[in-house]
Amino acid sequence: MATTKVCGIETEYGIQTPGPEQNPIAASSVLVNAYAADVEQKIGWDFEDETPGNDARGFAREGSLAPMVETHLANTVLTNGARFYVDHAHPEYSSPECLTPLECLVFDKAGEEILRRAMTAAAFRIPDQPAPVVYKNNSDGKGNSYGCHENYMMDRAVPFARVIDGVVPHFVSRTLYIGAGKVGVETPALDAESVDYQISQRAEFFEEIVGLETTLKRPIVNTRDEPHADPKRFRRLHVIVGDANLSEIATFLKVGTTAIVLSMVEDEAGPTRDLSLSDPVRALHQVSADLSLSRPLALTDGSTATALELQWEIFGAARKYAEECGLTSLGDDGTVGALVMEHWEAVLEGLESDPASLSDTLDWVAKRELLLAYMDRHSCGWKDPRVAALALQYHDLRPDKSVFRRLDMRTLVDPAQVMTAVTEPPAGTRAWFRGKCLARWPEAVVTANWDSLVFDIGADPLRRVPMMDPLKGTAEHTGALLAQSTGPADLLNRLNS
Amino acid sequence: MAEQEQKKRGSGSRTTETETEVEEAAPAASERGEKIKAELDDLLDEIDEVLEDNAEEFVRNYVQKGGQ
Repeated sequence: MATTKVCGIETEYGIQTPGPEQNPIAASSVLVNAYAADVEQKIGWDFEDETPGNDARGFAREGSLAPMVETHLANTVLTNGARFYVDHAHPEYSSPECLTPLECLVFDKAGEEILRRAMTAAAFRIPDQPAPVVYKNNSDGKGNSYGCHENYMMDRAVPFARVIDGVVPHFVSRTLYIGAGKVGVETPALDAESVDYQISQRAEFFEEIVGLETTLKRPIVNTRDEPHADPKRFRRLHVIVGDANLSEIATFLKVGTTAIVLSMVEDEAGPTRDLSLSDPVRALHQVSADLSLSRPLALTDGSTATALELQWEIFGAARKYAEECGLTSLGDDGTVGALVMEHWEAVLEGLESDPASLSDTLDWVAKRELLLAYMDRHSCGWKDPRVAALALQYHDLRPDKSVFRRLDMRTLVDPAQVMTAVTEPPAGTRAWFRGKCLARWPEAVVTANWDSLVFDIGADPLRRVPMMDPLKGTAEHTGALLAQSTGPADLLNRLNS
Repeated sequence: MAEQEQKKRGSGSRTTETETEVEEAAPAASERGEKIKAELDDLLDEIDEVLEDNAEEFVRNYVQKGGQ
């Protein structure tokens, strides 16, 4: 049986201060610190267990750069179990560990709300300066990209080579519904003269099939082996090849379909046809640039398939898998899995019959239809700066400036749930214990990490509480314990007894 | 003029779809199409108002280095 696909999304937001003067690191720090000071207690992050240089293929990093861990930058852990910090030159929100893809969507949306509140808090704290503005996108249109990474818990026993074979065709072809849409071309991967609009913001930045890097020579399959959990039992698949979505259905499908594909990899229940691509990197670029959705991609067996055909093959295998094994690995009784299948099929049908019919469903379609209408009205073309401005402003998170917010997009979750998730952790993972301890005893939690909390309860040395199983520390496991504990010292005594 | 061609293709295919809908599905579909068009017009009016003032400068200043 496939392991429960505990999942989360990390988003690096674009950040801009109005005017030509830019200091993104300072602006990001202002945002994170303003939010931490005004809204949340400021709890440090513990880097002791961070090993971003480990490679899932089992070897140490040779000739590849280990990602930098910048310990001096603003860094905070929130009561909803998330981490909100400055990564490189961006504010980053890492959602808490979620039990289902639907919950993951709720906490991804909560991240947007946290960034909005951070913008307000920053404006309040620096009233004499222009406040930073945040964008949920993945590129600046000038060759710089920043990521939206997904994480999935997997069974450590599954050979990584099998994971690679299983996910590559999906990562290339899921672009069709997770693309956030982009005007023009930014890298030599595509011909700028012939491509006005791409499905994906991220696709053209990928240069390798498999690798450890995240900032250069980006790979379709990232091999960072940092489970943030018991390494003997679990693997965390770190996925760097997706776009940041504003569309709820796109985010839900991004995580939901991938969780199903990974479950099939674990249970050896993938498509019967070999979907291996001859040149996955080239195929990824081609899919992004092909608005006709009809371009045949070369497979290693000599045949060809379009991205849509690949998706139908994977969907067909998923349907069979759902019937035979159920989809409880998506964290519930199968209800969320059924919802994924329903939306997956509807989106593939929409893409097949008329992509424009998904203008209230998918980011890249919504944005494209809007830009076409704008160009019609103003009699201008793709290279008009107003078109680029509108495309960028689609991703602006400010309520008064957001273009996305003005579109009548289909939704999946209740906005009230999202507001609750800004401060309340998910109940079904260890994020619950982390969030609740931070909310109740912020002064006693010195540092936090994905897999531990460190308490300072006065006289004794600091006490570390390991949380090596993401499915423990849930409301069910620790709710009574926390309710009965009179303070952090009492909690630690009860944990030890 | 790839831009122009692209734009024409986009508009062209949408016109065809509208015509097909009208043929197949009667007044309801046509009303829906009109409604969508009116909503889109309203939206574009609103967007003209919220769009950043100096588009060229706004886009030029948006530079994001150091991402993953």
